[in-house]
Amino acid sequence: MTLFLLKRIAIGLVTLLVASMIVFSVMEILPGDPARLMLGMNATPEALDALREQMGLNAPVVERYISWAGGMLTGDFGRSFTYRAPVIDLIAERAVVSVPLALIALTLSTAIAIPVGIFAAARRGKLGDTVSMGTAQIGVAIPNFWFALLLIYVFAVWLRLVPAGGFPGWSGGVWPGLKALILPSIALALPQAAILARVTRSAMLEVLGEDYIRTARAKGMPRRKVLWRHALRNAMIPVLTILGLQFAFLLAGTIIIENVFYIPGLGRLVFQAITQRDLIVVEGVIMLLVASVILVNILVDVAYALVDPRLRARS
Amino acid sequence: MSLLEIEKLDLSIGKFEILKGVDLTIEQGEVLGLVGESGSGKSMTALTLMRLLPDLAHASGRVTFDGVDILGAPEAAMNRLRGNEIGMVFQEPMTALNPVKTIGEQVAEGIRWHAGVNRKDADDRARAMLDRVGLPESKFPLSRYPHELSGGQRQRVVIAIACALEPKLLVADEPTTALDVVLQAQILDLLRDLVDERKMGLLLISHDLAVVADMAERVTIMRHGEVMDSGETGRILTEKAHPYTRQLAEASTHVPERTPLADGRSERPLLEVRDVTRDYAGRRRSLFSKPEPFRAVSGVSFALHEGQSMALVGRSGCGKSTLARMILALDRPTSGSIRLFGDELTTKSENDLRPARRNMQVVFQDPYGSFNPRHKVERLVAEPLHLLETQPSRSERRERVAQALAEVGLSAGDMDKYPHEFSGGQRQRLSIARALITRPKLIVADEPVSALDVSIRAQILDLFADLNSRLGVAYLFITHDLMVARAITDQVMVMHEGEIVERGNTASVLDNPQSEAGKMLVAASPDLERALERRRFARV
Repeated sequence: MTLFLLKRIAIGLVTLLVASMIVFSVMEILPGDPARLMLGMNATPEALDALREQMGLNAPVVERYISWAGGMLTGDFGRSFTYRAPVIDLIAERAVVSVPLALIALTLSTAIAIPVGIFAAARRGKLGDTVSMGTAQIGVAIPNFWFALLLIYVFAVWLRLVPAGGFPGWSGGVWPGLKALILPSIALALPQAAILARVTRSAMLEVLGEDYIRTARAKGMPRRKVLWRHALRNAMIPVLTILGLQFAFLLAGTIIIENVFYIPGLGRLVFQAITQRDLIVVEGVIMLLVASVILVNILVDVAYALVDPRLRARS
Repeated sequence: MSLLEIEKLDLSIGKFEILKGVDLTIEQGEVLGLVGESGSGKSMTALTLMRLLPDLAHASGRVTFDGVDILGAPEAAMNRLRGNEIGMVFQEPMTALNPVKTIGEQVAEGIRWHAGVNRKDADDRARAMLDRVGLPESKFPLSRYPHELSGGQRQRVVIAIACALEPKLLVADEPTTALDVVLQAQILDLLRDLVDERKMGLLLISHDLAVVADMAERVTIMRHGEVMDSGETGRILTEKAHPYTRQLAEASTHVPERTPLADGRSERPLLEVRDVTRDYAGRRRSLFSKPEPFRAVSGVSFALHEGQSMALVGRSGCGKSTLARMILALDRPTSGSIRLFGDELTTKSENDLRPARRNMQVVFQDPYGSFNPRHKVERLVAEPLHLLETQPSRSERRERVAQALAEVGLSAGDMDKYPHEFSGGQRQRLSIARALITRPKLIVADEPVSALDVSIRAQILDLFADLNSRLGVAYLFITHDLMVARAITDQVMVMHEGEIVERGNTASVLDNPQSEAGKMLVAASPDLERALERRRFARV
């Protein structure tokens, strides 16, 4: 198990390295000169050159990559020229909003999807199955930003239960902060939950058709007990795969949802940085997202091994 | 009153009538053999008395077990019965156990559920049961997972689960069909001992008359959901009064008529295998030691002449299929030489192998899995034609397919059908037609009849015999079934742990094996005549 973990971490680090090269080279070939953006269209060539020199934009590509990547290792993500602040500070400030948002959304979607999926599988073909899967079908089809607007209209504008947008920060206590995150996390979670519920249902149905389910029934275990004791753990393997993949989408989803709800998170940061060609911020945030996706994948692999002894043996 | 009484049982699933007026009884401590071909309803009869039928099934009639009306009992009562009073063993040991639970958990689960004992006591009883079925603690602690066990060992776990609570009736649905003959004999012995020592009734479902003749005091023969014949095993199978019983018995001992080719044994053999060895990379024991290779085939040499039919017999995992794959040039040996018409195959590139591939074709075990279901027969059977140097025109191609179909007893009109429109036996004919289309000199057949019902098996063996005499095709028959080897081959090689341990004339080797492995195979092989002989002897 330790060997397995070390191997997974090593693979993760290599992936991170390759990703950093790709991110860096893509940013290199994108049009847009940061120095010109900062100084405006009327800047003199001398001033532009001086600024480029100051920002280190004139150095050879390899040298710049090494100083950029090396800096990140020591926690130095560079300086944003639009915010005039270290990128790491910007990220830290936004992460305290985005990370709780993503975690709440993920927890919410799992907490809804898995019971619904199991419920539907246990009542295959009956009313409960049809209704829950019909709802899930709608959930898959609806775009999350539209759903977000609907939530704002109902719960913020009409019922006035929660704020329509913005984020008060954590300084005023946990509850006001959480309250501001409720609608965005629901908007993020529900479409994900719809997909996950369908995956859970089909995984459960497949497992319920296996021979060992019949063996368990032949022992005299009631259907429901067999479902929980024998089917669930086996059905979790495909569900974990989808959960891991969804995490990446969840991070991407925050860009839209944070804009809809006007939340100062990483998504909004990266969105604004892109429009202002603040490449150093974009690079920093992307690398952070890449790292977290890799981390989640390692966690999923560990979870696989915990669920399935055959994978433990192979590792 | 009998332990189990089934009277006029009708069963339908949706629109389909599965069982029609089935009658069957089992006394306490008695073994009843339930025999029939696939689709005869024997498994459905078993699932009815467990009440584990598919959702749409509707059963009527009377099923009484130990005074309980099974069809009318509430689900909770059935749950008390299942596993406690009636235990069940299934056909496929590889999938019958939950892969994520230890064998200890799976055996103890039923004990805790029914006996209401604590975990410790349940584990102790599970331990004792596993010891009893031949899985001692030293090698098989409760913490083992199913994937760490072989098929035969897993079947022992399934038997331990079924017998853990000393049920009054054990239902075993083809419990040994997925195992090789030696394991089959061991598992049957175990079942017989358990039934004797615990005075259980046993409903033994099997397609194999020899197995049933050996095990069961009484036999019930089913066909198309109806009981054809039933009664005392020795009498039923000796007198064969019922035409279907006679048909089954004849089919299962069928030996096709063969006219061995005039022994014009050419100086040069068709296939020459010399000193072939195949190693597979083994598992690394630790980070620093080199992984020890696993030797699947070890120093095998033999020659096969034109028109000759040779059997390669051995237990599962002995290396038969690995050897076959190397002969077919689907895998390369670690060392040694394989020549077809004197031409070395092991060093050839894929492109240079084309002429050789034309001359040898393969027929696999599973007639269902070996066809792409979305292609028509014409395309499927014509597949090997791409090996020809010049591609035939469309009309030529259809002609060749028609001819190949005719040779295996199908009609040219079948060309435009899809594989699902054919029965299992017809599909095996299709795979033989596919093998024949390039006019090969050698056909390697890997368990070609073991998935077929006995009457179909007899027809396919006839077909193999006919093609051998008519077209002079040589065969390498890979099988664990000595009846098949006896029926269709002149020579036999016994393989054991990667080596050929015995070879010779089929009849003399199988009648009087010299090697340990050969003796073990022959002793374990079910044999209808021998079983009936024993039964007669026991009665006197």
